[in-house]
Amino acid sequence: MSNVGIVIVSHSPLVAQGAADMVRQMVGEEVPLAWCGGDPDGGLGTDVAAIMSAIGRAWSPAGVAILADLGGAVTNSEMAIEMLPEEQRDLVAVCNAPVVEGAVVAATEASGGSDLHTVRATAEELSP
Amino acid sequence: MQIDEPLRRKLVQAVAATVIAHAEELTDLDQAIGDGDHGLNMKRGFEAVLGDIDKLVAQPLPKMLAAIGTTLVMKVGGASGPLYGTLFLQLGKAIPEAPSMSEAADALAVAIEAVKARGKSTVGEKTLLDVLAPVLDALRAGADDLPAVADAAAEATKPVQATKGRASFLGARSIGHADPGARSSALIVRAVASTLAEAA
Repeated sequence: MSNVGIVIVSHSPLVAQGAADMVRQMVGEEVPLAWCGGDPDGGLGTDVAAIMSAIGRAWSPAGVAILADLGGAVTNSEMAIEMLPEEQRDLVAVCNAPVVEGAVVAATEASGGSDLHTVRATAEELSP
Repeated sequence: MQIDEPLRRKLVQAVAATVIAHAEELTDLDQAIGDGDHGLNMKRGFEAVLGDIDKLVAQPLPKMLAAIGTTLVMKVGGASGPLYGTLFLQLGKAIPEAPSMSEAADALAVAIEAVKARGKSTVGEKTLLDVLAPVLDALRAGADDLPAVADAAAEATKPVQATKGRASFLGARSIGHADPGARSSALIVRAVASTLAEAA
């Protein structure tokens, strides 16, 4: 599969999983999809190692778009990207978009075979 | 100055001990204007550092600092993980093995710039930068009481309205509370400065 992959990062695993369910309902198995949520102890928060693992699970040669919720989720996602092997870094982008709506819209765009830049731009149209 | 293995161990122990001992206070500050996890997150990060201390302090100063940064990135969990992680990672990249005062200041300056980029923030936005930047200035000016500078700078975040991080959601209600990240930075500065002063 060479469609752009989608990663959902939330402080809450329940939010991340629920958003992923909504993405699956929309696009089925047409896009690689992974989610993560919760800090390293399982509390609310985000975890760089878990984000890196999710990027790996949703990996596509076309790249991966990350949808993240509040502040720390975005900062940790950017950190996770920097810690990836150099050849992967430019293929992963954090979308500045609301996590649930952004994930569904980005996945729908990705399912049509759009490139990472377009997927990201479409998700970011949701942001004011 | 030469920072040998026993001194590296003292430094790591002092920083970790103060962060862990003040976890509740940091969490209380964060509950007032954030998501209330700063103390817990920092405690988890520095407990992981302590758990690895033998391996960490066996390395030269630059490598040790970078390794601490990586541990904080992976273990802290909140936004403070990548922020403090970046601070230590970049300090490690920029500092020589036996830094002079001015070389230490130069490394801190590089690290502060990296934290600004990571947090897309700058001084005056009620963050850890509001402590780190004046500490750097004081270090460059040859001030001998860096902990006092750091404490005063953390306290000075109280009247500031937050424009970064979750505290910014509170708007004017963030005024009147010290920033938890500024406070944890002041604690770390105190631990480092007093350990070095004892060793000198």
